[in-house]
Amino acid sequence: MSGPVGGAAFERLGAERWHFQHGPIDLIIDVEGDAEASQRGIAACWDEFQGVLPGLVRELPTLRCAVDDRTTPRGPVARRMLRACRAFADERFITSMAAVAGAVSDHLITQFDQPGIQRACINNGGDIALFLAPGANFRVGICSHPERAGATPSGRVPLSGAFTIDRYAPVRGIATSGWRGRSFSLGVADSVTVLAADAATADAAATLIGNAVNCLHSGIVRAPADQLKDDTDLGSRLVTVDVPRLPTSAVDAAVVAGRVEAELWRDRGLIFGAAIALQGRMEVVMPVSNPALVHRAAA
Amino acid sequence: MNEHSTGHTRVDHVAEDMDPTLSLTAGPTVLQRAVPERSTTNKVRCDACPVLCNISEGRTGACDRWGNVNGLLTRIDPMVMSRHPVPDEEASVFLTGVGSGTTYPDYKPAPFIVSSRHDGVDIVTVVTEGIFSYCSFKLKIDTDRFLGPEQASIRFDGEIVGHVTTAEYGSQMLSIGGVHHLTGGSKKEGRATCELMAALGNKQAVDLAIDGGSTLVVQSGAPPIVNGERETRMRVGCGSATIGIFAKQWLGLLDEVVVVDDHITGVLTEHQAGKYLDIRPSGIDLKGRRSTPGRYFKVANPGTGWGGTDIEDPLSIIAGFDDEVSWPGLRLLMVSTTGEHSGYFVLDEHLVPQPREMPSEVRQVVTLIAENCEPALTTVLFVAGAGGSLRAGATRSPIGLTQAIKNSRVNVTCGGAAAYVWPGGGITVMVDVARMPDRSFGTVPTPAVVAPIEFTMRLSDFEMLGGHMESVQPLQTVWDQHRSRIVSVDTTNPWPIRHTALLG
Repeated sequence: MSGPVGGAAFERLGAERWHFQHGPIDLIIDVEGDAEASQRGIAACWDEFQGVLPGLVRELPTLRCAVDDRTTPRGPVARRMLRACRAFADERFITSMAAVAGAVSDHLITQFDQPGIQRACINNGGDIALFLAPGANFRVGICSHPERAGATPSGRVPLSGAFTIDRYAPVRGIATSGWRGRSFSLGVADSVTVLAADAATADAAATLIGNAVNCLHSGIVRAPADQLKDDTDLGSRLVTVDVPRLPTSAVDAAVVAGRVEAELWRDRGLIFGAAIALQGRMEVVMPVSNPALVHRAAA
Repeated sequence: MNEHSTGHTRVDHVAEDMDPTLSLTAGPTVLQRAVPERSTTNKVRCDACPVLCNISEGRTGACDRWGNVNGLLTRIDPMVMSRHPVPDEEASVFLTGVGSGTTYPDYKPAPFIVSSRHDGVDIVTVVTEGIFSYCSFKLKIDTDRFLGPEQASIRFDGEIVGHVTTAEYGSQMLSIGGVHHLTGGSKKEGRATCELMAALGNKQAVDLAIDGGSTLVVQSGAPPIVNGERETRMRVGCGSATIGIFAKQWLGLLDEVVVVDDHITGVLTEHQAGKYLDIRPSGIDLKGRRSTPGRYFKVANPGTGWGGTDIEDPLSIIAGFDDEVSWPGLRLLMVSTTGEHSGYFVLDEHLVPQPREMPSEVRQVVTLIAENCEPALTTVLFVAGAGGSLRAGATRSPIGLTQAIKNSRVNVTCGGAAAYVWPGGGITVMVDVARMPDRSFGTVPTPAVVAPIEFTMRLSDFEMLGGHMESVQPLQTVWDQHRSRIVSVDTTNPWPIRHTALLG
């Protein structure tokens, strides 16, 4: 029988790949390890997943407000959202919703920290949480122009950059934000990819850095968020609707502004690094001591 | 149109009053993010998921899958492919009509004519979303409560959208929609009918009101709610049948049992089952019209009280006790056909029944009645005629397709769910919406209902009946070139490409 109306859905996409979906949440989950452990992990993850959206909806009005000291959400995902956003809230306008996708990934990835599982990855629309057992690593690529997929001779997705994360890199969260994405951006970046200790923090930071990658150019089309979408947490703030081909000076200005923002959060220890892509320019903000991107021998 | 056969809220049509025919399920192009629109108050509430967005016209909800197009909640969604757990990867995927779109004019090939291999045989599936004016829903509502007199009008949003039809054993049947309500009445009636039909097909809960009867909340696969009360159980049988089933278990515990039922109320000591067990006559005098011994019609009026009657006090259906036959101390059980209502009484010295606490042995029998009842559900069956011009999307020779279905050479499915094909002329299909993928139905402003339909056959048969061979494309191509979403099939459905149509 079909599930109840509006219920969560899952689908096995391959031997080690699953798709969970509920309302606006779409997760692609990869699990590698021995079959029994993976199966247990997926089952536990599915049990937990079904409560995630109803739990968030209960607290939605609170989560859509600007973060302040009085905000006290109850649910486990909502608490992760708040914890991630509070670090940025003194200096920037931010609502807990900036970390919702990453927080969902973080909450569910904990189900895979089990003996027998080699590595797992939950990709929530570009906001990714990782689990790595000793000896495992992830090779992560950045694609800032998904529409060009299939344009390369091999038919593969063209990558703008790639790096490796192993168990000893202090990175378990990767998030990408851009004006073409599902969430609104105030900036013009094709993509801002952030590495952080968890996906919720990476998600919030990518949103803020994406907003900062900005410049004044008459061709950029902006519109108040609340005229594009109902119930947006951004109110009447102008969000980016279209970005024309920008002159080099505008690209430079936007990328520099984004770098300044990324370096601020890196120096505070909130993120490890970031990569900003804008119309062919790729700006990488390296970790201070470069711990995330240097491959170390297993201890 | 026969004005006497169907109630309508009628207005005169003028040409400019008609809506243009326009498919709303065509694709995502209607909602361009690059076109900011002014906020309007014409919002629709989306209940596709717990977020429950209120979406303004021209915008999408939080998921970007659903949007408000001209004031109607519309799927902005990829096509649906259903997957079946078999090892052969290609044979495991079936492209459904959900989200496939339609073609106009009809003679153009259907949106997708796909081929796949199954057991070494080339199989073709013609996939389309049909725009159905001639279609309706038959609702089977498991309840004994009085919903309304037969032929009474059913209203949704104040408009007449269908009628009460026959009562079946333990269930009341309703007919909803149909061409006379969609296009035969006022514009508002058509719109209300169309909206209701899409909601029912998409397994949503809807509020109905029956003239001279009850208000109802019905939803595919869910218990019906009658006058605000959720129905939980379907009766074990009519009052007489209940006595036939349980008489032996009451022996020795009780002197008289009355099973209250709106249809046939049973009296144990007069019933053949009681006579057979040599149970002493109790002298009870029941109101209503005696049919055969121990079986009474019309002991009360229909309602939502005991056993589908309007009674709240069970003693109100007893006219009295015969002082020559009855005796003080007589133990009387009154119970409804679902065991939901029950009362235990003992006659005093004046032969007046007095309520007493029910002995535990009697309580067990009442519980047994309840345990033998099935859960009450609403079943929603979609009935549609696919015999018209829709066939031209598959073949140049429409009668060939009709005949091939009747000859078991072509399977017909709706969203991958097995469809029963009615005997006789045309392609009249019937399918349980519970077996179809969620959100399979849409609407067009005609008004008419959009539903998926697929015809599956061998490639050689497709060619023989004049199919659009030039439009056949491999499943892999459709898979690669179109946005699609995969759903797990209801495993009780026979897999479409392995079966022929369920012929009547």
